[in-house]
Amino acid sequence: MSGAASILRQPWLWAWIGAFAVWLATAVFTGGRGSGEVLSAAMTFGAFFVIVGLGQMFVITLGPGNVDLSIPACMTLSATVAMKTMDGQAAMIPVGLAIALGIGAVVGCVNYALIRLLRIPPIIATLSSSFIFQSAAIWWNRGLRVKPPEPLADFTTAKIAGIPVIALAVIVLAVLGHILLARTVFGRSVVAIGQNMRAAHLAGVKVERIRALTYIMCATLAGLCGFLLAGFSGGAALNMGEEYLLSSIAVVVIGGTSVAGGFANVPGLWGAALFLFLLVTMLNTFGAGAGVRLVLTGIIIIGVIVAASGGTRKT
Amino acid sequence: MSSVFSPRMLRSLLPPLSLAALLIAIFWLQPRTMSYFGLNLLLNLAVPIALATIAQMFILCVNELDLSIGAFVSLVACITATWLHDTPLLGILALAALIGVYALLGALIHLRNLPSIVVTLGMSFVWLGLAVLVLPTPGGKAPEYIRWLMTLKPAVVPFPIIACIALALVVHVALMRSAYGAILRGAGGNPRSLERAGWSILKIKMIMFALAGFFGVLSGMALVGLTTSADANIALRYTLLSIAGVILGGGEFVGGRVSPIGAVIGAVTLALAGSFLSFLRLNPDWQIGAQGAILIIVLALRVLISRAEKRT
Repeated sequence: MSGAASILRQPWLWAWIGAFAVWLATAVFTGGRGSGEVLSAAMTFGAFFVIVGLGQMFVITLGPGNVDLSIPACMTLSATVAMKTMDGQAAMIPVGLAIALGIGAVVGCVNYALIRLLRIPPIIATLSSSFIFQSAAIWWNRGLRVKPPEPLADFTTAKIAGIPVIALAVIVLAVLGHILLARTVFGRSVVAIGQNMRAAHLAGVKVERIRALTYIMCATLAGLCGFLLAGFSGGAALNMGEEYLLSSIAVVVIGGTSVAGGFANVPGLWGAALFLFLLVTMLNTFGAGAGVRLVLTGIIIIGVIVAASGGTRKT
Repeated sequence: MSSVFSPRMLRSLLPPLSLAALLIAIFWLQPRTMSYFGLNLLLNLAVPIALATIAQMFILCVNELDLSIGAFVSLVACITATWLHDTPLLGILALAALIGVYALLGALIHLRNLPSIVVTLGMSFVWLGLAVLVLPTPGGKAPEYIRWLMTLKPAVVPFPIIACIALALVVHVALMRSAYGAILRGAGGNPRSLERAGWSILKIKMIMFALAGFFGVLSGMALVGLTTSADANIALRYTLLSIAGVILGGGEFVGGRVSPIGAVIGAVTLALAGSFLSFLRLNPDWQIGAQGAILIIVLALRVLISRAEKRT
């Protein structure tokens, strides 16, 4: 098989092609003005999508029915508590980060405990727990917006040679995620469980332990994303996680990871994250109003999913 | 095993018992609610929630999940408060078209074997976008006849109670007691054997999705009848409420095991939970959280019951 043919078969290719096409369309429309800035913004916002997408990808890969719907609530809760604790003091940043990650881990544990103890599908478990986390976030800061410490805000907005630092950091994170998925026992076990849980169990995979770790990791990444996003956007807002419910799933699916589980890839996450952001930018540049933008975003996401899942019908 | 307290009996009694417990608690905290007027106020908003829950139940019955029903109900509310009020014909056509889109979604999800969560999440954007286009700023006006219906004051029994009971019974008879209802539910239970018996799963999925769309439309209309005006975000929380309602009412997530009566009871329970908390003078911040907690508690009780069931 030639090299070109094997590249064409990569599942992540289409997300990157889509992202490039959308960016090109925007650049042509504006006559190339500001397309560098658009790309830089896409990398920043894409980075946030990738952080949550990474966790969601591992969860979805566990197989049908596995999805974490508590990501938005988890992001909001971690961010509000961390921001309030830090209270804008630079010295408190490590504490704040530890709190955000810790809350994420606890959220993951609660989610998994519900799934395991109540024997309910993860969708319902994470949905009901997200109600509680969201309420906890509302109660904790009563809608007050506490400014993030200056160094944190600087870090999330800094650029090296035009490339956002946070994007570089998340690229490193994505590489680690790829190694975790493709080169470790944990990653291979997740894929094995997604392909056939019973076979994985018989092959000696500790199914429940792996599932628990996956949910905890996903929620911890959501906590991290909430922390960084609050730093970037000048404080935690109660609705900050809202759009990440769809985005986290869309990024995974558009990126070429199988929604039926058992098959995942990391490069597609970045392609899909850039695609999602650039798509909205393109619609904005074309002068579409909020309504049209929402409708087109929805239709295009569904269209991509329909196209991406073509031929995978297994009955 | 003929005892009233057999686990199976307990399980089917769980939803009405939770509702009764909640009602008693509310009456005890606030005796004034124990009147025609009080009940009317308490249960008014339960009607659209119950309709949305029934819509979600049809989807869950064929092993899918609709994460767009809240946005859909919002869109219907916006259309009802604008087109249906100003140009009734256009309004009716638009609402009928929406039901058609739901049927097509069912076909798409089935034919391409797509995960319904992702498709309906995408659709929630579409519905919300359309709602913003139809009604950019909150407003509009409810058509007179809907307003009249929703503010009916029948003698003795308040309207919301009659509406909920009628809804539960009609859907129960149609889905649980009719021959075709059994076929429809079978698509969730064992699609393969149904297909072998010559039934088209595609058609069944389209019917179930269309039914969900139909009850979603009713929910939006009922909501506007109560609120008199609409906005694009009016019913977004219905998505979560409707799923929770079906589950509370004893529905299972797979296998076509649903209960229309239970779903309506579940919806009413969730609608009342909010009032209960405000009577408790609990922090309003915890309203959503309490709904989650109620859901978890009921699911935990169910696990305990089915454990007991295994032991006997």
